[in-house]
Amino acid sequence: MATPTLPFLQPIEEVRERLLKLQSEPSSLERDDALAVTKRELEETIESVFSDLTPWQRCQVARHPERPYTLDYINGTMTGFVELHGDRSFADDPAIVAGFAQLEGDPVAVIGHQKGRSTSEKVRRNFGMPRPEGYRKALRVMRLAARFGRPVVTFIDTPGAYPGIDAEERGQAEAIATNLLEMARLPVPIVVVVTGEGGSGGALALGIGDRIMMLEHSIYSVISPEGCAAILWKDQARAQDAASALKITAPDLKQLGVIDEVIPEPLGGAHMDPPTMCRSISAAVRRALKELRRSKTDALLQRRYRKFRTMGRFLER
Amino acid sequence: MKNPVNMPRGLWVKCESCKEILYHKEVRDNLLVCPRCQHHFRMTAEERFDMLFDGGKHKLLFQKVRSADPLGFVDTKSYRERVTAYTRRLGPGDALLVARGEIARRPAIVAAMQYRFMGGSMGSVVGEKMTRAIELCLSRRLALISVACSGGARMQEGVLSLMQMAKISAGLARMRDRGLPYISILSDPTTGGVTASFAMLGDVNIAEPGALIGFAGPRVIEQTIRQKLPEGFQRSEFLLEHGMLDMVVPRGELLDAVVRCLNCFQPS
Repeated sequence: MATPTLPFLQPIEEVRERLLKLQSEPSSLERDDALAVTKRELEETIESVFSDLTPWQRCQVARHPERPYTLDYINGTMTGFVELHGDRSFADDPAIVAGFAQLEGDPVAVIGHQKGRSTSEKVRRNFGMPRPEGYRKALRVMRLAARFGRPVVTFIDTPGAYPGIDAEERGQAEAIATNLLEMARLPVPIVVVVTGEGGSGGALALGIGDRIMMLEHSIYSVISPEGCAAILWKDQARAQDAASALKITAPDLKQLGVIDEVIPEPLGGAHMDPPTMCRSISAAVRRALKELRRSKTDALLQRRYRKFRTMGRFLER
Repeated sequence: MKNPVNMPRGLWVKCESCKEILYHKEVRDNLLVCPRCQHHFRMTAEERFDMLFDGGKHKLLFQKVRSADPLGFVDTKSYRERVTAYTRRLGPGDALLVARGEIARRPAIVAAMQYRFMGGSMGSVVGEKMTRAIELCLSRRLALISVACSGGARMQEGVLSLMQMAKISAGLARMRDRGLPYISILSDPTTGGVTASFAMLGDVNIAEPGALIGFAGPRVIEQTIRQKLPEGFQRSEFLLEHGMLDMVVPRGELLDAVVRCLNCFQPS
């Protein structure tokens, strides 16, 4: 694998390399024994590394270069994806994909941030950082979904909104704000799955829904740990401290009452076993949609309002 | 923050834009606008209420809502200490004051931010007070006017600050559904999560001249693209030109503009 290994994952990589080497050797009694032992060793190593991840390490798992991206999840959980393009006013933003597909036979609209895998693809997708036309495309597809009575599923994985001149010129603040307002009253069920990085406003612009879930090693934050460290500690190198202080992990957000559910990841993270990850996501989303479909639209929207209305903690005296 | 109170209280003040030494009372009588260069000094929430409400008469609302410390956040100082120090110096109310009064003899709610309280950052208290302001407008069928002045979300409350954007925007969706007018005034500076929620969602968006308005801060953009930003970028006039604002109005004419806009939406 060409990708550099994160230091804390090094022990896992070492065992994995030994395992691969053994697997390539011809079968023998001795080799087979060693193989079984090494397999167990790999599992134990992964377990010990992952049982005790710091928030900063989770952040790095969430950004892992091999982590599945939105199109991987769409293709792994849905069939017949028809991708739609463009916001009808300015451009198509490749940092967000949107369209319609079937989830186990049920038609849904699906929208998500998209990062690139190769260097050229990364640049084309702007590292998953949307421009205003991306949010506006997303809203266009959500309105289509509402018109045709399709529930909406969103996958969130972005470092954040794009801090560029063009994005500001075309009003990214307005585009994000409008999505928040319109998603709050979109008259169909919305299920949100944070799959990787939930980066601030760029994430929230796809993040209003009736059920909000996070993959076990994903993160969701008001600002990147690096950004927070630079501002509050005046030192980007303090990102580890900021990652802990900001409470950005899935269990943290569950505890803060911001998300409904943590979807467990396969041992070692989603990238170790994408098919299993897809099955878990599919099951969780279908379960949520099944419950949400029972509500009348008014009740659905009332509950969605209450859900966000009660977020935040303050004292009153 | 070296000088959180934007307008020094001495007999004389120096304009931070043209550096002219000015007689304090003269600036104050001019709605905190420099009589020489028209630079708009930052206003406190109370000064906004005095300017917008008939005779300055108003009643503060929701003043009992106070910051908790939901994350137990500590950077170089604890969040609790920071909030306590600001509150001791500036009084209760956090970075947003909400008041009820009359504008052109019609009851209205004004929600005004104060930059001097932790850079006007939006945490749970700002979100809650703003949402209560909206809900009061909904139940009494009142017009809402907000005055934004903020560096963005309050990092010390983490993702809960982010969610205030969602909470407030959901309330504003209800204002739209019920046909109640909402006028957003943007002052210097309006950035981050406040811009990307209520500040940009007015039925009418009005900015004061020369205000910095954007989502990403200019320094962050410069670091990303590694070049100097063009003159006037992210200023009110720039946003007007790019279609994000309805008007740029000098402070002396702001009340008149608000009244005329409210009249546009008043039931006939």
